[in-house]
Amino acid sequence: MSEVASLSAVEVAYLGRGTVLGPFDLALTEGEIVALVGPSGCGKSTALRLLAGLEQPTAGTVTRTPERGQTAVVFQAPTLMPWADASTNVALPLELAGMANAQAHNQAQEALKAVGLENAIRSKPAQLSGGMAMRVSLARALVTQPRLLLLDEPFAALDEITRRNLADDIHRLWDQTRPAVVFVTHNVEEAAYMAQRVVVMSANPGKIAGQTTIDAPLPRPPGFRTSAVFRNAAEAVSHDLAQAMGHIQ
Amino acid sequence: MSRTLETLAPILLVAVLLALWETACQLTGVPTYFLPAPSAVAVAMAQDWALLLGSAWKTLSTALLALAFASLIACSLALIISTNRLLEKAVQPLAVALQVTPVVAIAPQVVIWAGLAHPDRAIISLAVIVAFFPIFSGALTGLKSTDPDLERLFDLYGATPWQKLRRLRIPSATPFILEGHKVAGGLAVIGAVVAEFVAGSGGSQGLAWRILESSNRLQTAKTFAAVIVLSLMGALLHGVLQASEQAILRRFRGR
Repeated sequence: MSEVASLSAVEVAYLGRGTVLGPFDLALTEGEIVALVGPSGCGKSTALRLLAGLEQPTAGTVTRTPERGQTAVVFQAPTLMPWADASTNVALPLELAGMANAQAHNQAQEALKAVGLENAIRSKPAQLSGGMAMRVSLARALVTQPRLLLLDEPFAALDEITRRNLADDIHRLWDQTRPAVVFVTHNVEEAAYMAQRVVVMSANPGKIAGQTTIDAPLPRPPGFRTSAVFRNAAEAVSHDLAQAMGHIQ
Repeated sequence: MSRTLETLAPILLVAVLLALWETACQLTGVPTYFLPAPSAVAVAMAQDWALLLGSAWKTLSTALLALAFASLIACSLALIISTNRLLEKAVQPLAVALQVTPVVAIAPQVVIWAGLAHPDRAIISLAVIVAFFPIFSGALTGLKSTDPDLERLFDLYGATPWQKLRRLRIPSATPFILEGHKVAGGLAVIGAVVAEFVAGSGGSQGLAWRILESSNRLQTAKTFAAVIVLSLMGALLHGVLQASEQAILRRFRGR
């Protein structure tokens, strides 16, 4: 499996705040889903921005093989243009890349169908529920068929049922093109459910505190949440997290 | 029932106040040049309605023209300035100075610059100056108030500065710009009236001239009539601007 992106010995320091991240290493191979878990301020989102190329490290190297337009980000909020309908929001990345308007909208509508929003193509963000808006955001991320998909706490503002449905949908959509995925979350169970590998980070500055590999098929089989594999993985991640936050030792 | 009452309440209050005023005038026999009774104001309005309406149109059209000019200048300037931080820092103090300077203070000089034979030009210029600031500051705030994550998204997909401006900054600024126009509309009327007062030559016969003329002649009922027409006109303009702001925003946001 070839490497899609990597951070090697990266450090990020901000004026007046000191080092917030690093030294930190993370390598992503094709088709891999990695979850980043850690307390607030551990630099999860900073690591994500480095991988997206939206920020440069103070030290260390970032290697990115996807070309422009092959990296997609889903933020904590749906981050939609409130004045534009779902189709226009999803077509945006294609249009910015120079695709003709009609073709971009056709592909956007296909992407919206794939996330189950064929009836909301002309709806504006204010007319959508939180879960629907997040699906539009996901459709926008997937419409370019990215090789690297970065999800920055995409479920943070959603209720439990919506989260679970969306988690399975993300797996199903991921299965179609198998991009490398980084999934940032606060939630241990969510990390263990979503990812093949869970990286736990400690704060001040953000460093790797532990890793857990989850040996189970993706998308997850029905009843996975009650399986021993899932429970053991969640427990291992919990243990790493407690250590990272200094509750044990 | 309660909604009907809510609609009726202000009308009732005005009716009661007018009745009190009328009774007080009748009982005390105060001279009309000092305080005319509402009935006298109504008579003045009925007699002069054509003149008042003409003057109201004069003031309103001046204010609307000034609003259009101010909008054009303020929006273009905000657009240029928002692209450059240094330029913004340079212009900001000047804009604030312009805003806090009372229009009456600069009006006499502007009247002279415009030429005493052209009070119209001075009046429009002064109304433009007053209406400029809320639009300028709204547009500038709006152009800089884009969602930082949306900004990152545009960067991620390699948007050019022009694409960012057209597809992100200007739409983000729209609600702020509309709000600015609503405030500026009211100010443009004030600017036009103040300027007309200062020009005071009768070369421009708006509502301010009607007020000036009648009060110089101690025809206080006519003064009151003109003031009432002026405030009704201001309220109407505000209502129209408010309704169009809401209609545009509803269309804009889809609800």
